[in-house]
Order: sequence, then C-alpha cells, then structure tokens
Amino acid sequence: MSRPQREVVFVDGVRTPFGKAKGQYAETRADDLVIKCIRELMRRNPSLPPERVDEVAVAATTQIGDQGLTIGRTAALLAGLPQSVPGYSIDRMCAGAMTAVTNTASGIAFGAYDVAIAGGVEHMGRHPMGEGVDPNPRILSERIVNPDALVMGKTAENLHDRYPTITKQRVDEYAVRSQQKTQAAYDAGKIQPDLVPVATRSAEAGWGLATTDEPMRPGTTIESLAGLKTPFRSHGNVTAGNAAGINDGATAALLADEETARELGLPVKMRLVTYSFVGVEPEVMGAGPIPATEKALKLAGLTIDDIEAFEVNEAFAVQVLAFLEHFGIADDDARVNPYGGAIAMGHPLASSGVRLMNQLARQFEERPEVRYGLTTMCIGIGMGGTVIWENPHWQGSTNEGDSK
Amino acid sequence: MSTTPDSSIFERAKAIVSDAERVTQAHLRTVSLPGATIGLITLDNGEDHTKPNTFGPASLLALDEAIDAALADEAIDAIAVTGKPFILAAGADLTSIQGGGPDAVRTVAELGHAVFRKLGEGGKPSFGLVNGLALGGGLEVALHCTYRTVMDSAPALGLPEVMLGLVPGWGGAWLVPNLVGADKAVTLILENPLNQGKTLGGQAAYDFGLADAVFGGADFLEQSLLWAASVLRGETVVERPEVDRGEAWDAAIKRAEGIVAAKTGGASPAAAKAVELIAAARDSDRDAGFAAEDDALEAMSQTAELLASLYSFDLVQKRAKRPAGAPDRSLARPVTKVGIVGAGLMASQLALLFVRRLEVPVVLTDLDQERADKGVAYVHAEIDKLLAKGRINQDKANRHKALVSGETDKQVAFGDADFVIEAVFEEMSVKKTVFADVEKVVSAECVLATNTSSLSITEMAADLEHPERVVGFHFFNPVAVMPLLEIVKGDATDDATLATAFATGKALKKTSILVKDSPSFIVNRLLGRFMSEVGRIVDEGTPVSVADNAFAGIAPMPPFVLLSLVGPAIALHNNETLKGAFPDRFYVSPALERIVEARKPAYYGPDGNLDPEVEAMLEEPASPVVLTAEEVREKTLAGLAEEARLMLDEGVVAAPQDIDLAMITGAGFSFWNGGLTFMLDVSGISEKATGKRFH
Repeated sequence: MSRPQREVVFVDGVRTPFGKAKGQYAETRADDLVIKCIRELMRRNPSLPPERVDEVAVAATTQIGDQGLTIGRTAALLAGLPQSVPGYSIDRMCAGAMTAVTNTASGIAFGAYDVAIAGGVEHMGRHPMGEGVDPNPRILSERIVNPDALVMGKTAENLHDRYPTITKQRVDEYAVRSQQKTQAAYDAGKIQPDLVPVATRSAEAGWGLATTDEPMRPGTTIESLAGLKTPFRSHGNVTAGNAAGINDGATAALLADEETARELGLPVKMRLVTYSFVGVEPEVMGAGPIPATEKALKLAGLTIDDIEAFEVNEAFAVQVLAFLEHFGIADDDARVNPYGGAIAMGHPLASSGVRLMNQLARQFEERPEVRYGLTTMCIGIGMGGTVIWENPHWQGSTNEGDSK
Repeated sequence: MSTTPDSSIFERAKAIVSDAERVTQAHLRTVSLPGATIGLITLDNGEDHTKPNTFGPASLLALDEAIDAALADEAIDAIAVTGKPFILAAGADLTSIQGGGPDAVRTVAELGHAVFRKLGEGGKPSFGLVNGLALGGGLEVALHCTYRTVMDSAPALGLPEVMLGLVPGWGGAWLVPNLVGADKAVTLILENPLNQGKTLGGQAAYDFGLADAVFGGADFLEQSLLWAASVLRGETVVERPEVDRGEAWDAAIKRAEGIVAAKTGGASPAAAKAVELIAAARDSDRDAGFAAEDDALEAMSQTAELLASLYSFDLVQKRAKRPAGAPDRSLARPVTKVGIVGAGLMASQLALLFVRRLEVPVVLTDLDQERADKGVAYVHAEIDKLLAKGRINQDKANRHKALVSGETDKQVAFGDADFVIEAVFEEMSVKKTVFADVEKVVSAECVLATNTSSLSITEMAADLEHPERVVGFHFFNPVAVMPLLEIVKGDATDDATLATAFATGKALKKTSILVKDSPSFIVNRLLGRFMSEVGRIVDEGTPVSVADNAFAGIAPMPPFVLLSLVGPAIALHNNETLKGAFPDRFYVSPALERIVEARKPAYYGPDGNLDPEVEAMLEEPASPVVLTAEEVREKTLAGLAEEARLMLDEGVVAAPQDIDLAMITGAGFSFWNGGLTFMLDVSGISEKATGKRFH
C-alpha cells in the first residue's frame, strides 16, 4: 500500500499554572492537574468530537502513586473522554511531554491516528526527582555513568567547565531577564490565555484557585542573586536563582493530521517540520540541545539561520547560554524565549515540553514574518530533544530576511 | 421565650455553643478572576468524607464570621460557598436539636436564618457551589444564595427533615416553592422524604430547577467560579421559569395533603406542618415565611415525633450496621457456593437474591428436574427483567444466569457448598428429614440455614451430627424489598456459624438482628399478637371497619388489609403456632379458620369493600361488644406492650431497640413513632399495661 506523507499540526495547547513544590498544589493530585488540561482542550475545541481522539499520551517521570496507573489511560477516563479512547504513559524525564508530542505526531504522520492528545505532568512536591529509584550498581562498578549524572545541579556545574566563558555573572543576568520577561508577558496577557485555572484544596485555608505561576519572582535583581548558595559545588555557579525550581504542573496539547484539522474546523497553530533526540555524556546533560538541534536542522534541510523563534527550556541558565554560545546567538537575543522561561515559570519535569510549544505558537501568531521556530530542551541522563515547527501564519517570502 | 428582647440572636447563640459540637469551619479565601473578585468560603469540619459537615451553633457562627468578613472586604465583589471534597453539608447538627429543648431549637432556627440570609440579602451577589452531598441545612445554605451551581455527580441533594419529624426550617420551606413552584416543593419537602428518604442526584437537581448551572466533577469548582465570574461581568444571564402562583399552587397543596394522608395517616405533625408552610409561602414575604419556619421548628421540638424520628434514624443508621450480639466478624467462614433446598417461589426468590449479592454459584434443588428447572427459569426471567430495565448490563446478566443451576442430586448440588438454606414446607418433620439428607453430602462446616418463620431451630438441629452449624435465616416477603433478616441462634449454634450468617446477611445488604430461638421470633410474634387482639375484638362484635381505622400512623396498613397481604392461611398458621406455645395470650379466630377453609385470599374485594362472602363468615356474638377505634387501639397496643415486655424478659432480643428496628424494617411500622416500644412509652401504654417503660 502506498502511504502518503501526512502533515502533523499543533492544534492547541494548554497548561495549568505551575506551582512551587509544597505550594499551591500541596493538596492537589497530580492526575487531577493533567485531567483539567485535557478537559480544557476539549472545551476550547468543541468542534472536535471526543470519540475522534485516537490516543492520549501522558508523560510523567515518576510513574508511581497519582502519576502511575497508566496515567494516559486513567486521565482520559477521568477527564470524561469516551471509553473507546486509549491512552498510555511516557517517560523521558524532562522531555516527557515533548516525547508524547513526537510519538503521537509520528503516529499521525504514519496514518495510525488522526487526532491525539499529548501532555505531561510532574508533581515534584509529591514525587521528588529520584523517588524510589534503584540505580544499577554497574553504574559505579563499571564506571558506565559518572555519578554526577544523577544530580542535575552537578551536571550544570560540569557544563560551566565545558564553557568557561559562561560566568556566574552571565547566568545571573540571564536569570534576571527571564524573570523580567515573564512578568512583562503576564502584564501583556500573553501567558494567561493558555492557562487552565485549577481549584486548589487546602484543609487549613479552604479552596482557592490557581491562576498564575507560583514560582515567579519578578523583583529579582543581580544583587539578590549574587548571594545565593551554590549547593552543588562550593564556590560554584549554579544557584536556586539561575535554575528552574522544584515544581508542580501539567500540560496537554492537541495534535492532528492537517487535513483532519481542516475538516473538523480545528485551528492550526504550528506545523511539525521534524524532531530529534540525541544522547550526550550523562554528566553534562545540559549540552544535549546542541547535537539534538544540529541533527534536527539536518533532517529538515535547514540551518540555524532559518530559525527565527526559539523556545529553549531553562532548566539551568548555563544550559541555555551554552546552546546560544554554540550557535553564535547573543545571550539577550530577542528571538529567544521572549516571554521568559522555566527559571521564572517553573519546570515540572515531564510537563514542560508542551509549555514551550504553547509559547512558540504564541510567537508564531504574533510574528507572521517568522517561518520556522524550534523548541528544545535538555534531558536527564544526558540527552537533548529538539522539535522544529513551521508557522502556518507565515506570509510567504515578502517579509524581511530570506526564507526557504 | 426566656430571653431578653434586646439580646441579639448571635448573643443567644453564643450562649448555647457546646464543646461537644464538631465545628464546621468556614475558611474565606479570595479568588481573583478577570472582572470579578470572589470571596470563596469553604465549609470544612476537618474530617474526611465519612463525617460530613454539619451546622450546630458554633458552625453557624463561624460561617457568620466568614460572611461578615467577605461583606466587609471592599475588594470582594461576590461571595461563593462550597464544601470540603464530596460534601457541601449534611444539615443541622442533630445533637444540637436533640438535647436542646424548645428554646435552644428556636435559637438554632433563628440563627440559621440570620446567618444564611446574609448570603441572599447581604448586599453582594452570592453563589452556592454544591460540590457534593447537600441535605437539609446543607441545601438551604445554597438556596439562600443568589445563584447556584451543582456538580452533576453529587450523590444526594434533598430536604429530608420531614422524615426526621422536622420541617426545612432554615429557609427551605419558603425558598423552594418560591424558586421552583409549589408542586416541586411538595416533591422535595414531602414526597421524597416520605418515600424512604429519596434524594436527588446532582444532574437531577439541576433538571429540577434547584441550580442554575451544572458542571462535571473533574473541574466543578473551576468551572463554577468561571461561570460565577461571567455572571458577575454580565456575560451570562441567569433565567428561571416563572413560578405559577395560581391554580397550580392549590393543586400542589391538594397533592401534598393526599401524600401526607396516605403516608402518615395524619399522624406526623411535621408532615402536616410542612404542607402549611408550603401553602403559606405563596403569599407570605420572606420575613413572614422565615418566621413561620422558626415557629414550626420550635413547635416540632416539643413533639414526641421528633425524638422518635431521631431515635429511629439512629437505629437504622447505626444499630442496623452493628447488630447487637453478633460474634466477631473474623470468625465468619467464606461462602463460595450456596445450596437451596427447594425450588418453589420462596426458594427461587432466595436464589435471585443470593446470586445478585454474593455472585457465587447458587444451586436450586427439588425432587425432580422439572421443578428444579422451573426455579432456575424464574431466576433467569427476573434477571432478564433487570437487564431490560437497564439495572444490569448484558455481561452481568450472563454472569448471574450462569451462576444459577437446578439439580436433583444432592451430592452434586451441595457437596462443595458452604451455605445451604432450606425453603421447604413449614413442618418440623419435613425440615428435619431435609437437613439429615443434606448433612450426608456436605462438609462438616457447611452452614445449614433455615428460612422457617416459626419452628424451633434447636429442635430442627437436635438429631444432626453437627447441630452447631444450624442457624435460622428468616427473610420477609417480598425478599428483594424488605430489609429485615432475623438471624436465629439455636441452643447448639456456634459462633463461627453465627458469624457466617451475619456476614452473609451483610453481603445480602439486609438489616440483620440476632434472635433467640423462640416461637415466631420477633416480627411474626408481635404481628401474631396484634392479629390475636384485633381478631378477638372483631369476633366479639366490633366491626372490621372500626378495627381497620384504629391504627393509622402506627402500622403500615390497616390490620385486615395486612392480613390479606400476608395471606389468611399464613396468618392463621402463625397464630396457631403461637397459641400452641402461649395458649393464654394468643387467639385463633374461628372466623379466620372459616375464611381459610373457604380459601378466600383476602378480606376485601377488588372494589375495596369487605367481601360479602367473608362478611358472612364473621362471628356473630350473642351479646356484641362494640369498641370505638380508640378503644381498639389502646387494647391492642396494651397487648403488644405486654408481649414486647415478655420477649425482653425471655431474652428473645438484646434490647427494645432491636424490637423497634425489626418492626420498622420488617413490618413497616412508622419511623416517626420510633417503631413500637418507643411509641408505647410515649403514649403511656407501656406503663399502664406492664407497669414500666421500655426506655
């Protein structure tokens, strides 16, 4: 049988406001966070008959307790999707939701699905990174993986060794800008449209409603960051101020075959070009986005100059700066994370991939002169993931700058 | 009232706050949404969902404080009230009413109004967000709000007060008819409570008109708050159908009166008062309506009915779940297969119940395969009916049908059964033979249960190799409907057998009561005495119609209607057994013997009049003694008081509570009378007839 290539589009994406561990979601279940995202997607896209959803892929790094029980399937059922809609769980650490997107997108391109929901959740307050892990003793005995690889902060310090020009001053400046850009984006109403409010239970204080990212510290200054401890290395560079925190949150996106999206009257916010995941030394996992992006560009037949919008996950400021330095992009380039990033908003591990996509979709909408953009992130145990997207609002080659 | 006129209701309420109250706190938090800032109040007593929020004086004062704070905060545009997970509130803290006396009840009534009214009339719009269970005051707190949302999966919304001898007295009786009309108010306030306390689910409550919006459970609170914000911004306009204040209101009151007459025989002051309140709500304003509720609650607090209802409520809620005298449940043996001796109608009904509740193989046996198959066919047909009604799905129907079989070979049928129950002819020798046969093929530990209604368990077990495994397991007709199961301990019955019987009763979802082996056990003995007294009175010259009008509000139906329902032959047999045991107290009516002889199925014809042929068979005493209905009632109840006292003295049951629970769940005696002994105490009959009270 002949198999026509099908275009995969990002129809819509939503997320919960992110929380600080032990903060606004201290008494809220992880599965409930992602369920609310799925319901919001369905509510926002009423022309999509629920039974047309062919798959629900939900990522979580720690798949136990309220993030276990095949959360993609149980979340679909609890969200009220028909019993005929299947679901499964995914784990690729920080790139869980990104992998949920690329997996289901591949299924769509292949023709197995028309419509899929892909998302992720991480309630790090309930499930701290490393909860219940049982590392293979060969990691040490045969020196297969440097033990630093299991402590993300140490991998970030190691990245500073690799890029000695990235100083503490630069990462702190980057972190301050992230906080400022996020606050500005909130003030301009660019974040809120894709947030689904979450009722927050507190036995002590009663119900509340989470409507904004709890981790934000808009008043952050270089001075205030300078004095923070460097817990991963004495006299090191990585602090709580220039890294993402320990966070709770969930995301979900709706993906579809482009023709199906048109047939159902669904919006098209982005078109998938290609993606790639690449492994690097686990103890320098923050370098991952570099080879992942190079490979994805190669697959797409593009160069870094073709990319005019970037959403780079800010697990650590150093990891963003390493990426920018490698590709010769300025620390404060306006095309990169214009609404800020995980340092301000938070990084609930497996959920973050779709947050990047939501924000890239917003960039595309606002900047029709942009044709290509990418979302990229570093991944624990030494990987990087990059997804390249095309802007459906792109208005041809009449704009400034060249295009393919 | 014993209070000074200038003391505010809040001062008076503070005076009656007790340390015993489990306080439902009211946490106020601000929720900011575009164009609307809402003061969200969460009701939470700090317990899990098994202990729902309730409103006693301290809880109401806590809510009052939260509402005041929200009203005073200029940043807050509107107030919303919701509950802890799964529960809004289950109503008033009954202990604050039970022990309080009229003044305290009046204070609680006025306080509820005073606090809740601030939601409806405090000057800011308000939203009742019904996130789960909302009964009585728990629903009324939402009814006072300007708007309401409800979770579609909320398990129960309702105003059950009348069932408890109260009226919806925190605004419900006035607000509901003015919100959804008098007819629906009658359904909610009278018909449902008097129909075994029926309540509405969330979706049904929305369809009923109690809420303005309905949302799913996955994000109920979020969607409710967003909806509230959109109402506040003017984007959503709430429209409700106009209430018909004309003839429909009169028709509703008429319907209410019919329901009250049929269900309570006019014997429930609360039901009658509720009708009055609904009728008055048409023309009275809010102040007058709420004042009438205060008066009604105060009046109810002085009725025996209230205490009796609370007593009954406690029996069915608590004592029914922890049967007195039952051995430790850990002694119970698993029941993985059930055998039934017999395949007649009773046996088949038992098979249906066992297979649906236990979901284990159930084997019906009879002398020939044809009869056994007929029993199986009955069960299959009943399962098909449940399937057709949508009560079970096809898979469940397949499973249940496959579990029922008919057999003639007892070895095959019972060889691996853990529980064999007989439902054969009510004759000692027949039952003994059956058990002797069964014992040959079953394990040494298999429980042998008998559904006998009157025969001695001890005697039935006497000649068996293992008499300790025999237990009485007496159901009431219709088996699927009546909750009561009398579990009878013979002299030899051991604890493991008894524990297995109680565990099985619980799995069958029955109300199990432990009874000593004694003639006709609890319900049939008392009903036998009841029919003895009434039969003797009628045989001595009082007309049937007078006797039949003597027990309104006490028995579920007039005595000769009851006798027809039970069947004259069965009633006669019961009285013969009891007369054999207690010849001086029980009576076998010659008229009844003639009626049974003539195979008349009932005293009344299809037209509702006394069957002339039956009438012709009644006694015609030479010098008739004609009693009034009151005399009939008093004389009969005196006999029942004597019998109940004797039963307690003989140790038939552990306590008068068991008699009352049995009469409520097995004989349909009135909840608001507290069954039998409570009513006998209240009416003074127990003291008059036996020299002392039961309680």
